[in-house]
Amino acid sequence: MAEFIQYLINGLSQGGTYALIALGYTMVFGILQLINFAHGEVYMLGAFTGLYTSKFAGAQISELFNRLLNGAPDQTSTLTAILTSIVIVLIAMVVCALVGLCVERLAYRPLRSSPRINLLITAVGVSLFFQYSGQIVFGSDPKAYPDLFENLESWTFGTDENLLVINPLQVFVFVTAIVLMLILRHIIFHTRLGRAMRAVSFNHDLASLMGIPTDRVIAATFMLGSALAGAAGVMVGMTYPKVEPLMGSLPGLKAFCAAVLGGIGNVTGAVLGSFILGLAEALLSGYGTPTYKDALAFAILILILLVKPSGLLGVHRTEKV
Amino acid sequence: MFFASRLSILCAVAMTVSPVFASTIKIGEVGSMSGSEATFGLSTHEGISLAVKEQNAKGGIKGKKIELINLDNQGKPEEAAVATTKLVTQDKVMAILGEVASSRSMAMAPIAQQNKVPMISPSSTNPKVTEIGNYIFRVCFIDPFQGKVMAKFAAEQLKAKRVAILRDVKSDYSVGLSNFFTEAFKQSGGEIVVDQSYSSGEVDFNSQLTSIRAKKPDAIFIPGYYTEVGLIAKQARKLGIKAPLLGGDGWDSTKLFEIGGKSLNNSYFSNHYSQEDQAPSVQNFIKSYKSEYNKVPDGLAAMGYDAAKVLFAAMEKTKSLASTEIRDAIAQTKDFPAVTGNITIDAKRNASKPAVVLEVKDGKFLYKSTVNP
Amino acid sequence: MGLSNKIENTKSYAGLMSLRWWLLAIAGAWALDYVLPSMLSPYIFQILVLAGINVILSVSLNLVNGFTGQFSMGHAGFMAVGGYLSAFLTTSLVEHRPDLMIDPATGELLGTAVIFYFGSLILGGVAATLVGYIVGLPSLRLRGDYLAIVTLGFGEIIRVILLNTDAVGGARGLSGIKQFTNFGWVFTFVVITVFCVWRVVHSAHGRVLQSIREDEIAATAMGVNTTQGKVRAFAMGAFFAGVAGGLFAHYLTTLNPGTFDFNRSFEVIIMVVLGGMGSISGSVVAAIVLTVLKEALRPLQQYTGVDLRMVIYALVLIIMMLARPKGIFGTKEIGDLFRGRKKVKGDLT
Repeated sequence: MAEFIQYLINGLSQGGTYALIALGYTMVFGILQLINFAHGEVYMLGAFTGLYTSKFAGAQISELFNRLLNGAPDQTSTLTAILTSIVIVLIAMVVCALVGLCVERLAYRPLRSSPRINLLITAVGVSLFFQYSGQIVFGSDPKAYPDLFENLESWTFGTDENLLVINPLQVFVFVTAIVLMLILRHIIFHTRLGRAMRAVSFNHDLASLMGIPTDRVIAATFMLGSALAGAAGVMVGMTYPKVEPLMGSLPGLKAFCAAVLGGIGNVTGAVLGSFILGLAEALLSGYGTPTYKDALAFAILILILLVKPSGLLGVHRTEKV
Repeated sequence: MFFASRLSILCAVAMTVSPVFASTIKIGEVGSMSGSEATFGLSTHEGISLAVKEQNAKGGIKGKKIELINLDNQGKPEEAAVATTKLVTQDKVMAILGEVASSRSMAMAPIAQQNKVPMISPSSTNPKVTEIGNYIFRVCFIDPFQGKVMAKFAAEQLKAKRVAILRDVKSDYSVGLSNFFTEAFKQSGGEIVVDQSYSSGEVDFNSQLTSIRAKKPDAIFIPGYYTEVGLIAKQARKLGIKAPLLGGDGWDSTKLFEIGGKSLNNSYFSNHYSQEDQAPSVQNFIKSYKSEYNKVPDGLAAMGYDAAKVLFAAMEKTKSLASTEIRDAIAQTKDFPAVTGNITIDAKRNASKPAVVLEVKDGKFLYKSTVNP
Repeated sequence: MGLSNKIENTKSYAGLMSLRWWLLAIAGAWALDYVLPSMLSPYIFQILVLAGINVILSVSLNLVNGFTGQFSMGHAGFMAVGGYLSAFLTTSLVEHRPDLMIDPATGELLGTAVIFYFGSLILGGVAATLVGYIVGLPSLRLRGDYLAIVTLGFGEIIRVILLNTDAVGGARGLSGIKQFTNFGWVFTFVVITVFCVWRVVHSAHGRVLQSIREDEIAATAMGVNTTQGKVRAFAMGAFFAGVAGGLFAHYLTTLNPGTFDFNRSFEVIIMVVLGGMGSISGSVVAAIVLTVLKEALRPLQQYTGVDLRMVIYALVLIIMMLARPKGIFGTKEIGDLFRGRKKVKGDLT
């Protein structure tokens, strides 16, 4: 039993990392109906931004918090470590939002009126560009992520026979995914920007006729989505301290599958789909053959598209002629 | 600016290079300089470049400087084949060094064999590579031997009876090593309690480790590359697994404990050499590598260095540098004092040399024992 | 516009519809196979062979992506199926019935072994067709981006299955494949592929495919069986990808599941897109140019020390989409460029 619960914990924490990526994916898809293949690469850039920020400025930031809260620059507590990591996450989010803005401006916006296939190809191009230039700029060897929470102990329950282990960082990722989902829901359903987003998503041309600055709304969505990817990159880097230029492509695709499973364009669905995918992968690894783990996400994707293309929480839209 | 200067160099080089001047000895290298396995190719390349630099500083071979032509294969077998053909037929290299991965060496070897150009693979461990022909050599040991070494170590030194395996299903190296380990460990009366797997590139191994933990193994054999093993160790210890972790030569890199840190304590792996070894060949290599690249060499760099050294030694011994002579000279290599042990090339063109078992402790690799073939 | 162009083109290329020219081209390929080795270096020769295999891949993918307007990202998967099956067949034959394949006296391959090689290529193609049919089925319900990611998923699933199949070596790959493929074989199949795709595209069936591309809903309304058209396009594209896989396997003599990941599908897509979605000659030219360019850019890598090739490709892809989204040739064929505009009326768009 304890083993089973441990699988559930593992699955939920893995699902949390997918959810962080899937949220951004689903936002962009919701508004443009574009699979932004470059999303996984923005996530990678976020991880690297976090890596270099904590390498070059991490000590200073943490010193500042230590001085303010603990009175001495070298007195680290869990609170200051959390504050430091939040600052790093914010920096990565800003950088990634700018990257997202540039990508949208330079690569996607000029293609607004061309066929969707062209956009998709451009997205593939952007993704390849970041992957390979990342290898040149950052080097292709994996980089170790500085451990900010070195002394953080895992929470353990039970004894030898029925040991349950929960890593606080995993809980952190899980909680962040839920919180971000709630914030996004609030933005989408209770703000002017959200209403504009929904309008653009519903019908781009009509929204434009209603005086909604569609270009700005789409750019804002891109920035929001990319910022989420940046946050995901840093948090995954903290939990699994290894970053490399090609780290984004497979998690990106899996997160997309999760978003489709939950109903693409729907932020609650994205999180739900991610948790289901994480749990499915954990249980497959535990009780089945983990060698098929890479195929699982795609198998789920194909199945859901054949059975219920709108996803678990999505609403079916009839095709307009 | 960077580009302009590089371009002008390019033009200058392009104008001066001409096949007529045979004043240099051309050696080809094919490696994965980009793509998902680039880190292995780059390490190997650094080792080879260092060997070439040292040899040239000593005056080259027979008074001629060595020119290393390094081609990228992006980690793809067909690119490796094309690069080999280019080296053999366009650049007319005298020998080829490469590849790390057996899958790519296997695409290169038939071309080298057909054109009668000796090829030395630094670290392709699949036995099939050298079976392709009598011009194909390697300086690493093959999977069966390394599998046996660790099985013996687990059974005799650790007194392990029940071992779990966590293999990288995407890597032929890892799969091969796991199979030979299983075979040897069962022969010595042990039991494989669970055979789990992951794909290189993954970062979350908690579920695999949970299922391993449930079986309470005496040790866990993880024959992967350092790129994943550090993370695996970290997650294993967080899950409360205290059993020793075992591995192969793919672990040998400082990246291992940069990522894994203290979690790697109580781990052992088989390797070609120990950096503690006071033999001059080892210490000189580490010293010059550090001064050249400002970092500690990893296993692949050492293998690349050795492959080049074995080749140069063989070339020195020949009369006319004809390819058959070079091949024979490589085949006759005996007790060559290389970094990764004294290399003797056996009848199957594999390197026969002792393996060492190292213990990982607080960010250091400590010498544990030596196993002879 | 596309439709009217095509109908005009059919007339202007009447000569190319005749089988005679194509047979002549195959004969030419074998003649070149005989003559070229003495003229060209093996390196150039090898690039030509790989370019030929890429031509087969890109032309067959163009049938799906370019002419039918479906976006498949799983071409590498079909290639893997064909490559693995045909290589598995010939290696098993060599192992179990060496009397059929190898001359016991010399240890060389028998002349008649080529028959089995040819058979294995076709069987590989057929297997890929079946898989293509299965993959094509979802396309009944999906379009655009969804289809793209489903085909990508199928390709990955095929790769993972191969990785877990011990009969074909799993991660260790399939090695010891006999080298049957040469310039003649590759270019025979290049001619066959181009011929078949050309004939299909310029037939009534081809116009069905193009009507699906132009407007699927309108085509359905006009009574076109779009479902059948899409599945057929998928199956046919898969067949040639499978054959290309077989040629590839018997050229390289070793196969590895990692060779067929989605990056290979992306490579073929780049060729199709650059050449022009809906232009056969565009695909041919792009496949050759990109294969050659990859080698031509090697000195750049050698002297700069970094591999910029894929970065350049990615940039070219983006810029092409921004500046000339139809690709170099658009939906035109290379011949159109020399024919001038007067024959193809209304082609000002």
